[in-house]
Amino acid sequence: MTTRDKIFYGLAAFTAALLTRNLYQIFLVLPDELNQGAAYRIFYFHVPSAMLGMTGIGIALVFSLLYLFTKDFRWDSIAAGITEVSMVFCTMFMITGTLWGRISWGVWWAWDARLTSALVLWLIGAGYLMLRRAIDEPTTRARLSAVMSVFGSVNSYIVWKSIEWYRTQHPQPVLSMRSGGGMAPGMEATMYWNLLALLCLAVLLIMLRMRQETMTREVEALRRYAHAL
Amino acid sequence: MSASGLQDSGPDGGKNLSAEALLIEGVWKYYGEYPALRDISLKIPAGACVALIGRNGAGKTTLLKILAGLSTPSKGRVLVNGQDVRAEATRATIGVLGHGIGVYDELSAIENLRLFADLYGVSNPEATALHWLERTGLARVKDGLVREFSRGMRQRLAVARAFLHDPKVLLFDEPFTSLDDRAIAVLQTLLNDAAAAGRTIIMSTHQIREAMELATHVALIGRGQLIFSGARTMQMLEDPGWLYRTYGDSA
Amino acid sequence: MSIFLRQVWAIMSKDLRSEFRTKEAINASLAFSLVILLLFSFAFDTAAEEMKQLSGGLLWMVFAFAGTLVLNRSFIREVPNDCLDALLASPISGAALFLGKALGNFALLLAIEAACLPIFAVFYNVTLTREPGWLALVMVLATWALTVIGTMFSALTVNLRLRELMLPTLVYPMMIPALMAAIELTRVLVTGEPIGENMMWFRVLTAFDIIFTALAVTFVDTVLQG
Repeated sequence: MTTRDKIFYGLAAFTAALLTRNLYQIFLVLPDELNQGAAYRIFYFHVPSAMLGMTGIGIALVFSLLYLFTKDFRWDSIAAGITEVSMVFCTMFMITGTLWGRISWGVWWAWDARLTSALVLWLIGAGYLMLRRAIDEPTTRARLSAVMSVFGSVNSYIVWKSIEWYRTQHPQPVLSMRSGGGMAPGMEATMYWNLLALLCLAVLLIMLRMRQETMTREVEALRRYAHAL
Repeated sequence: MSASGLQDSGPDGGKNLSAEALLIEGVWKYYGEYPALRDISLKIPAGACVALIGRNGAGKTTLLKILAGLSTPSKGRVLVNGQDVRAEATRATIGVLGHGIGVYDELSAIENLRLFADLYGVSNPEATALHWLERTGLARVKDGLVREFSRGMRQRLAVARAFLHDPKVLLFDEPFTSLDDRAIAVLQTLLNDAAAAGRTIIMSTHQIREAMELATHVALIGRGQLIFSGARTMQMLEDPGWLYRTYGDSA
Repeated sequence: MSIFLRQVWAIMSKDLRSEFRTKEAINASLAFSLVILLLFSFAFDTAAEEMKQLSGGLLWMVFAFAGTLVLNRSFIREVPNDCLDALLASPISGAALFLGKALGNFALLLAIEAACLPIFAVFYNVTLTREPGWLALVMVLATWALTVIGTMFSALTVNLRLRELMLPTLVYPMMIPALMAAIELTRVLVTGEPIGENMMWFRVLTAFDIIFTALAVTFVDTVLQG
């Protein structure tokens, strides 16, 4: 087993343990919240998903630029992995937001700043993934998706700010996850533990994706060799 | 087996070829993990006319694209008259004729040439365009739209575009493919004139016979590698298939 | 410097000449705009006061959809006869090629929008002439934003299999900040609200324009050359 494999399986074991502990904590230990009942527990997944989902595309910028400067495919694999995984979390954020909104407030969707931004970033990420799928040749794929990633990342910040400003001018009822002032100490700690668990899960998925990308390139090269014979 | 320089030749090479027009150094081209070109190194003297030969898929077009600055090599470099071919100023000295004719259907012949004259920074665009239309026999139809031209006329216009800016190096990818007689004659005249004027010509082709007549040097490419490069001999001229038989098509 | 300008001018005039000879994109774009304006008139009560609030959104949706028809053609017109290779083999820089095409597209888009504005004002009973200077500024800034994104992504998708589908998919999410700003500003100008409170949208548009023009000019070479 290589070092990389050891890290991978070690991290996987740690993540599984942490998630189990968190789920136990969330569902069995902590009491129901005063105003919102049992459904608020979704909050422990909703907020970390937002953090992971919305920052991914900005982080991918670094790796896309690294690829464009060094032409090393590893950076391309990481950028693709980060974007894909952050899209998963973005989706989770929107779905948990929908479920929670429906249960607590009776609305399926609210066009508040965060959810709207998430939707736009999701669309940009989807464009990136579709672009990658549309290109067979690995070098072209890496090059073009890296440029798209740069544009998408820079835009994500402008999108976020614009939607925030728009919402200050046209306020909508915000489905607030917090009733009253802050959170009880037990709640906050659990949320951060869950953030850690989901972050580890994200890293695991990205490592898997990287390996997949490497193998895909190998297969494509072998296919070309076979055709050339 | 594969020489890295094209030697000065004996009786049939003929010219005094000292200065280097093109230097191709250790060029590799990868598509992902697959090497389409492997370690191509070649020195082409000024005034040479090189016939680039190889089977389909050997890498001739890939190499020509790199020489034209359209594609970046994964490793290695190409220098034209000492300058990197990726620099814009260098491209002004290169004339390219690819598979597609590279002229716009919805513009007229003279509008096309004026456009490329502007792009190449030609000092007298109108006069130069008219001059080349005459040399390719298209002066009569200068205001005609290209989409109404016959195949041979379009090819002649493409040739005019390639020669328009007085390039020192000419890169042609299978230029004789499906030309009519008139177009072939025009192209051969222009190529002969160019060779006589000391221009460097690199021509990839399947029509080995025509190529051998014009060529001073030959390079054989197979499976992305340079199998043979050297002066064109009388034997190659008389027996075009000799090269393939002697060297095969892979290294 | 002068060769740069000469090249930009050559590309821009070539594109415009091509377009005016075939009129493919202009006709499709104008027809499309009229159809959308007509369809929207069924969806909304044009006499109602709310119309003024919605007008900004309507107008810019029309411009975005119709504009993409034009922008898509940008680099696709270079594909037949391998003209793109002929252009790239010439000494033109990516920046000059991009700017020439972008300016040509800009002119076309502005012309189409100028044709749509009076039709829109008539169909929807909207006064557009209250603040013509500000409106013109919004049109210029927002149209350049659409042009830059559309032209850049046209270059990016030019060699792809599904380029006709890919361009709108990639481009509309990217245009969102510029469209939001344009919609807000148009709404404000039509309803007569004070423009002073909405200056930040001008800042958004200007920042968007500058940032993406710089990015496009930098990365166009990377995208076009293999």
